[in-house]
Amino acid sequence: MVPQNAYVMLSALMFGIGAAGLLIRRNPLVMFMCVELMLNAVNLTFVAFGRSLGDAGGQVVVFFVLVVAATEVVVGLGLIVAISRRRGAADANADDISMMKG
Amino acid sequence: MLAVNAVQMFTFAIAASICLCGAIGVVAFRNPVHNALSLVATLFGVAVLFVAQEAYFLAAIQVIVYAGAIVVLFLFVIMLLGVDTVKSFAVERRPVTLAVGGIAGATIAGLVLLAALPNKGTLTGETNSLGAVGALDPKHDVNVLGKVLFSNYVFAFEITSILLTIAVIGAVVLSRRPKGALIDLDEFPPVVSDPADAESDPSSTDSGSDSEESAKESQTSAGSAEAMAGSESAESAEH
Repeated sequence: MVPQNAYVMLSALMFGIGAAGLLIRRNPLVMFMCVELMLNAVNLTFVAFGRSLGDAGGQVVVFFVLVVAATEVVVGLGLIVAISRRRGAADANADDISMMKG
Repeated sequence: MLAVNAVQMFTFAIAASICLCGAIGVVAFRNPVHNALSLVATLFGVAVLFVAQEAYFLAAIQVIVYAGAIVVLFLFVIMLLGVDTVKSFAVERRPVTLAVGGIAGATIAGLVLLAALPNKGTLTGETNSLGAVGALDPKHDVNVLGKVLFSNYVFAFEITSILLTIAVIGAVVLSRRPKGALIDLDEFPPVVSDPADAESDPSSTDSGSDSEESAKESQTSAGSAEAMAGSESAESAEH
């Protein structure tokens, strides 16, 4: 049996790669993909802990995370399409969307 | 028993390397289509790991919802906006950004690795603290999940339905065309009689991109500027 630590370490690496990508990349679509990567890393941790504790709650949380990820992507992609339609595609990278900057 | 263990370790190694390669591909590739396809590789690797952990229902959901719906939605948007347009979102990467992003990611991963490395077995050493209703049974995976979902977590489940409704309404509102524009001017740009007129349009000048791209974008941005003007005049006429 693969130890739980292996899953936790793998998901830590995936989460770190996703977080670094979210900070480095400025393309809003790729930033959303990095968020999905981080959510998947956390899902893997939930399933690993739920299995080692013998508790179905971990899998239920993964179920809810899936739903939240789906809604987040729907609204986020709608925002990206709306912004790039209204402002022209060249002004739609994450550094240019600074209207709410304090 | 040893052979089974070796097979399990082999499966984990293959799936984990697919996950990590896909994750690096999501961050590193320049072409957004390649990013999306790398994301598919990672999601399939995670689905394999779900199967290895006897979470069969979640593995199916992972493939159907993530690879089947979410990544397709990403690809839809990339194709809708155009691959070249999405590529032009990118700005050049400053070394400071690279350094800060790399350090932040490495710190997060390193802290968890530091916590996970010394232990041999489970991370916390805890066992199941719940009663019989939440106990996991690999043979009746969907049964247990359904019972827990509709007993312990039924309130969260209902809230989820509200969340989905709000997301659908939000997506419809966001993707609606602005008022006043009878046709989508981005997709059907008005015929410009004098090309030099469009070139000298002040709204299309963009210092960041090179001249070839700005010349290509000038038509669309002029069209969107007209659409904005049309929607504003329509709104002011209403008020």
